[in-house]
Amino acid sequence: MSHFGEVSYVELPAVFHLSGRFAADTDANKVNLTIGAYRTEAGKPWVLPCVRQAESILASDETINKEYLSMSGLQSLCDAAMRLVLGESSPVIQEDRAVALQTLSGTGALYICFQFIAQFYGGCKDIYVSDPSWGNHKLMIDRIPGVNFKQYPYYNSQTMAVDVDAMCKTLEEAAEGSVVLLHACAHNPTGIDPSRDDWVKIAAVCQKKNLLVIFDLAYLGYASGDYNEDAWSIRYFADLGMEFFVCQSFAKIMGLYSERVGALHFVGATSEIAHKCLSQMKIIVRSIYSNPPSHGARIASLCLNNRDLRIEWEECLKEMHARIRRARTYLHTALKMANVPGNWDHILSQNGMFSYTGLTKAQCEVLIEKHHIYLLKSGRISMCGVTESNAKYVAESFKDSIETAKEN
Amino acid sequence: MLLRALKTTSALASRSFWSHVPMGPPDPIIGVTEAFNRDTNPNKMNVGVGAYRDDSGKPYVLPCVRSAEELLVSQNLNHEYLPTHGCPNLRQAAKVLAFGADSVAVTENLVASTQTISGTGALRIGGEFIKKFHSSKAIYLPTPSWGNHTPIFRDSGLEVKSYTYYKKDTKGLDFEGMLSDISQIEEGATILLHACAHNPTGVDPTPEQWNEISQVVKSRNLLVFIDMAYQGFASGDLEKDAYAVRKFTEDGHRILLAQSFAKNMGVYGERCGAFSIVGESESESEAAALESQIKIVVRPMYSSPALQAARLVSTVLNDPALYSQWLVDVKGMADRIISMRTALKSGLEKEGSVHNWDHLVNQIGMFCFTGMSPDQVARLTGEFSVYLTKDGRISVAGVSSRNVDYLAHAMHTVTK
Repeated sequence: MSHFGEVSYVELPAVFHLSGRFAADTDANKVNLTIGAYRTEAGKPWVLPCVRQAESILASDETINKEYLSMSGLQSLCDAAMRLVLGESSPVIQEDRAVALQTLSGTGALYICFQFIAQFYGGCKDIYVSDPSWGNHKLMIDRIPGVNFKQYPYYNSQTMAVDVDAMCKTLEEAAEGSVVLLHACAHNPTGIDPSRDDWVKIAAVCQKKNLLVIFDLAYLGYASGDYNEDAWSIRYFADLGMEFFVCQSFAKIMGLYSERVGALHFVGATSEIAHKCLSQMKIIVRSIYSNPPSHGARIASLCLNNRDLRIEWEECLKEMHARIRRARTYLHTALKMANVPGNWDHILSQNGMFSYTGLTKAQCEVLIEKHHIYLLKSGRISMCGVTESNAKYVAESFKDSIETAKEN
Repeated sequence: MLLRALKTTSALASRSFWSHVPMGPPDPIIGVTEAFNRDTNPNKMNVGVGAYRDDSGKPYVLPCVRSAEELLVSQNLNHEYLPTHGCPNLRQAAKVLAFGADSVAVTENLVASTQTISGTGALRIGGEFIKKFHSSKAIYLPTPSWGNHTPIFRDSGLEVKSYTYYKKDTKGLDFEGMLSDISQIEEGATILLHACAHNPTGVDPTPEQWNEISQVVKSRNLLVFIDMAYQGFASGDLEKDAYAVRKFTEDGHRILLAQSFAKNMGVYGERCGAFSIVGESESESEAAALESQIKIVVRPMYSSPALQAARLVSTVLNDPALYSQWLVDVKGMADRIISMRTALKSGLEKEGSVHNWDHLVNQIGMFCFTGMSPDQVARLTGEFSVYLTKDGRISVAGVSSRNVDYLAHAMHTVTK
């Protein structure tokens, strides 16, 4: 007799399901605009040259073994990641108020962060997340007892812009000391980021209500091509003297996806507070996975700390950003050439890997079923799936989908 | 600028919602290594953490793993995301290794599994799964058990309880006590068993004892969760070490299994393991349902597991030449440990110890419950810079032909 006979089959979130369908699709024109992983102009995954070189260095280094890392991971990676995020000459680092631990990519950082808040936070454990946001944010918060999922308005579908006033209004009405999750740059899924003036307003509300800020930083460098520029919001909050977390991923920015490299940073009011919090976060790590994987961490550390590899990495980041901008241009131009109804300027003005096209669910369904173009039914496309050679097909398919979809 | 920063800082500190957070206690096992690292005594020994050392006291990368690495580098593979439940080649190879290629569980695809962040990750996923889907939230651990078991299962939301296991007087198994306790566990609760090379005691049931344990467990309709972190490490024989896993599965227990490749493949920090559940026979669909639900447990925690470890391990397991090499490498490690056990015992006898040290060679695997008291342990560390955990557990893997006599002398000094 099974103990689990009542367990029913459940589908994975849509993004995986669609990727599976894409893989099985035999249509010659199929296009995958779903998953957020970088693709070259030829539609292939890209292992960054600096990563290949780092791997080569590691493979021939006899002194490297497979011993356990500490619970907080590879220190050289944590230190370099912290300087990357907060800035080389950050006062917060000089004052020893920033701590970091290596995590299982961005998801792992968020999970530890949420668990830590659930167990130790003295404020209100309502976590406000943007509407819309990355689907896994809600799944994670719902999974952890002690924290509550809430939303703040973010995307205005009429203006296709950030509705900062509505966002700030909701945050003002939140309980003092609530938690707010902000996307530092290249918002997923909309691609629309607050302007600097917007950030100033948001920061003011956060200070006023003593909100605990968590920055989700999965796309550092993808918004502008320059990571110092993209980290502006985080550094601004640091300058204001606020306490916050940064959940950082190296998946996209170094192409290390499956090696699961990330970092959780915490900036505390005092050095003592920061280090005590770090000690507790390590204990949380211990009962989930003990210590993080070493291979990806060593690669990332080399790319950040080795002078030549660092320069190369910065070039790679610029190239990935540039390719995505080119993809945006290809699509925008193709949409105009095909006279697709609507204003498509947002394809150019949005940042990062994703674009909220504005297509409706029904239109997306036509795109998938009729044109073999796979995207999320929210209308989110991954720009990495667009190339010079498929932009025309994508644009024409958009047109057909808009014209033929039955509205509900 | 600095003054402004200080003013802001102290103002902020008073508004901080974190000022009440206490400094966390150091992890007992990892803390031992950290203390060892700080010690400047040239004779220092680390017999705390369970990581294998060669006879020079150095970390050991298995030859089969080195070969696998070279193979991988030449293939110029990418780092694209794995599916949530990890590398298919690894998952399949892990099942075959644990259950046996000819087992019904494998041949009829009854096993739901996921690649995990080593053994800890597998245990935590199992704990979360039990909390989510199983009617009973109680899990019974042997006394003693690995120190991290309790936090893992407690943080999964389970109620951690215990059953008798180790007998202090004999430094062996308290078999009667164990059976007696198990027969009183409430129906449907989970029982955690160590497949082999029990951590921390090194005391394992014999096959005959496993047969009896299986029957008693069955009579209580308990959910069986087996932790197998040392397959191959105990006796040097992979099949022998998996006896409990295979017997229980044959007996019809729908076991949960946590596997680690940290020690037997020496991939420690790369983090490679697997979590499996044996589904109902005649029902391939139960395995599919279970696997889909396992993925839902995994995704919020870290989305998908690490690739490098999976590639290394599955390359070794799936390549006949590398697999043969691995058998040799694992036996080599197990044999060296067995020889150190023998050397330590005879070292103590040579020192003139009057105590019975038979348990050093009767116990099996990486760890040994010496029977020393916390005070004696403290003296070992303080006077001889020998680092071990308070419970008197030593990792025999940290003993070599160069330091075994030093250890024997130290142990004799504190116990005579």
